[in-house]
Amino acid sequence: MGEWFEQNGALLGLALLDGIASAALIFMVAVGLNLVFGVLRVLNVAHGSFFAIGAYAAASLGLFLASAGLPAWASLLAILLAAVLTGLTLGPLIERFLLRRIYAEESVLQLLVTFALFMILEDAQKLLWGVQPVSFSGPVSMMGTVDVPFAGDVIPYNTYQVILLPAIALLTLVGLALFLRRTLTGRVIVAVTLDREAATAMGIDAGRIYLLTFAFGAVLAALGGALSAPTASLVPGVGASTIVLSFAVVATAGLGQIEGAALTALMIGIGRSVAVTFEPELEVVVPYLIMVAVLLVRPQGLFGVPETRRI
Amino acid sequence: MHESSPLTRRGMLAAGFGSVLLPGSLSAQAPAQKPSELKIGITTFLSGPASVFGVPGRNAAEMLAEEVNREGGIGGVPVRLFFVDEGPGIDHLVGEFRRLVQNERVDVMFASISSGSCLACTPLAEELRKVTVLWDCGSQRIFEENSYKYAFRSQANSTGEVMAALLYLLKHKPDFRSIAVVNQDYAWGRDSWEIWKTGMDVLKPGVRVAAELFPRFGATDFSAEVTRLLALRPDIILNTSWGGDLDTFIRQAAERRLFERSTFVMPLAESSLERVGRLLPPGHIVGSRGDHWHQHPRPANPQALQRFVENYRSRFNAYPIYPTYHMAQAFSALRAAYAKAIAGNGGNWPSDLQLAGAFPGLEFDSPTARLRIREDGQGMEPQLIGTTVQDDRFPFPVMDRMVIFPPEMVMPPVGQKSLAWIRTLNADVVSRVPDPVRPAG
Repeated sequence: MGEWFEQNGALLGLALLDGIASAALIFMVAVGLNLVFGVLRVLNVAHGSFFAIGAYAAASLGLFLASAGLPAWASLLAILLAAVLTGLTLGPLIERFLLRRIYAEESVLQLLVTFALFMILEDAQKLLWGVQPVSFSGPVSMMGTVDVPFAGDVIPYNTYQVILLPAIALLTLVGLALFLRRTLTGRVIVAVTLDREAATAMGIDAGRIYLLTFAFGAVLAALGGALSAPTASLVPGVGASTIVLSFAVVATAGLGQIEGAALTALMIGIGRSVAVTFEPELEVVVPYLIMVAVLLVRPQGLFGVPETRRI
Repeated sequence: MHESSPLTRRGMLAAGFGSVLLPGSLSAQAPAQKPSELKIGITTFLSGPASVFGVPGRNAAEMLAEEVNREGGIGGVPVRLFFVDEGPGIDHLVGEFRRLVQNERVDVMFASISSGSCLACTPLAEELRKVTVLWDCGSQRIFEENSYKYAFRSQANSTGEVMAALLYLLKHKPDFRSIAVVNQDYAWGRDSWEIWKTGMDVLKPGVRVAAELFPRFGATDFSAEVTRLLALRPDIILNTSWGGDLDTFIRQAAERRLFERSTFVMPLAESSLERVGRLLPPGHIVGSRGDHWHQHPRPANPQALQRFVENYRSRFNAYPIYPTYHMAQAFSALRAAYAKAIAGNGGNWPSDLQLAGAFPGLEFDSPTARLRIREDGQGMEPQLIGTTVQDDRFPFPVMDRMVIFPPEMVMPPVGQKSLAWIRTLNADVVSRVPDPVRPAG
């Protein structure tokens, strides 16, 4: 074992860096889905569409600002602005006019409705942005690279990916934790997550909390998409691949668990990059192996609380 | 006022049962009446990641159909297109294929972009006895593992596309000692690596395979793969990806200076050149899945190529990429086949069987070359491979030192399977690689 570390320790270090950068984006999307699922108890397939539309909106806005001659740092503002606009436009509209009508329905129906919504939004993306890949690399180019020493050589990393993305994810985690535990609105959201019936009986306006949580979740998904835009070319279907991974994170983390989502995202991000480095064939299955392993030991998820079955 | 013949219930039943029970072979051979319109069913990706190829293919089809109709149609019959989305999967595609043939009564099918779709559609073409032109899919297995009477391909296959890139590398950068592969994790990514590896082991044994990476299809983050390749420093990196996957990989590799450490070979990168722009540096090898390219050095018909490129650009605000040329080839093959079949039928409109009989040995023109469909149904198309270079006339890299490979050099003869044929090659084939083509004039 010691010999293995001696030979591969440096490679493992590089894999950890990649894993942390990858985990940051996974966390941003999954935490919103987890929050929405925890409060509304609706598994929202259209969450992937918020991610995709946030990404496309950030790319369009960033490219527009660049063409208008604004300085490079304005592209970072474009990311934030696109995420907020996307989340606060689509989130409340969808919750108010669609989801509110199906809260009392079977979960299968809810799943089908959000899946239909996902398909509609996917087509809307194609109408708005076409099908050719859209690229927006302003922030990555602006921030340049950092050189990490490796075996007498250097490995260049994007500053945007290894420093900015993890920093934003950490800020989001801390901010969310403080919001949920230290503010009245946050505590009300936690109360609804833990026991919706009791919370409603004590006078909490569940409708308002649902609207707020869904809009907040949509902003987080759109922010995840907007942050991914500078690193990837956007194509139709980008939302679908994201939502599958987010489901794995939610199932592994436990219902409504912010810290659980962060830890799971980290495990999956690092697991995938370690697999690419040492056993590439396993890369695709690593997230699901982690999910199965956790659920075998803790069926309620890493940080989930066992629930009493109601008969 | 329309004339109507009285239809009795018995007559309707007889007609209904007749259409259901009449053996396909009889209906395919039945003398055909010249239709009022020629219906063409086209399967292509209109959704999902592969729509980056499917939609340009559809765009080209619509543009070409308008041109054909302006010129009087095919054999004097205007064409009408019916599109089917490959995106929802094989079951949907097979159902839609049947619906177009049986309900819409299309005259010809053009299928498909995905090799999986083509593998599902070709047996259906035989069952329904409907002429089917495989317009874009690449799997060499289709005509190597089965023979078909109604299915034909109007372009090359994966073997030619991969072998041309390998021979180009062996001719122009023969001193490499190590290679890594980063292909999409699906049939094309795996098959193209198998073809390449088989050829490389025969023609340049002893090359060290530093890494075999197959990231998920549709992946948006290649950081770990790029890190691994930066650390390994292989002489050559093979990447047969396409669409958003290839664009993203090029971007992430360029931002982290991977192109400075290894030479890339990207047989499908022609379709990404305009989008990635100056990010892709000079000195890397790219291909175009055929010999078609808007800056082809010596096209067979320069005016036709220029007209096609300008029409497409003015209409869709982008240079045409390989699926658009493949669609043009399918239209050209169909026109030539109808002309041949009509001539062979004494000037009368041909039956399905007569039309199918026109395809083996058919020669037809693309803007860049004269192509041929072999007796086994496989199209013979040259392959154009070049090295990237910056040119002030374009905001993206273009190809230099372009070599046009004759199809016979990179594809097995009729009756031989690709991998078995590749194992029979020797170093002599590298010495026969043509010299780069200088632009005319």
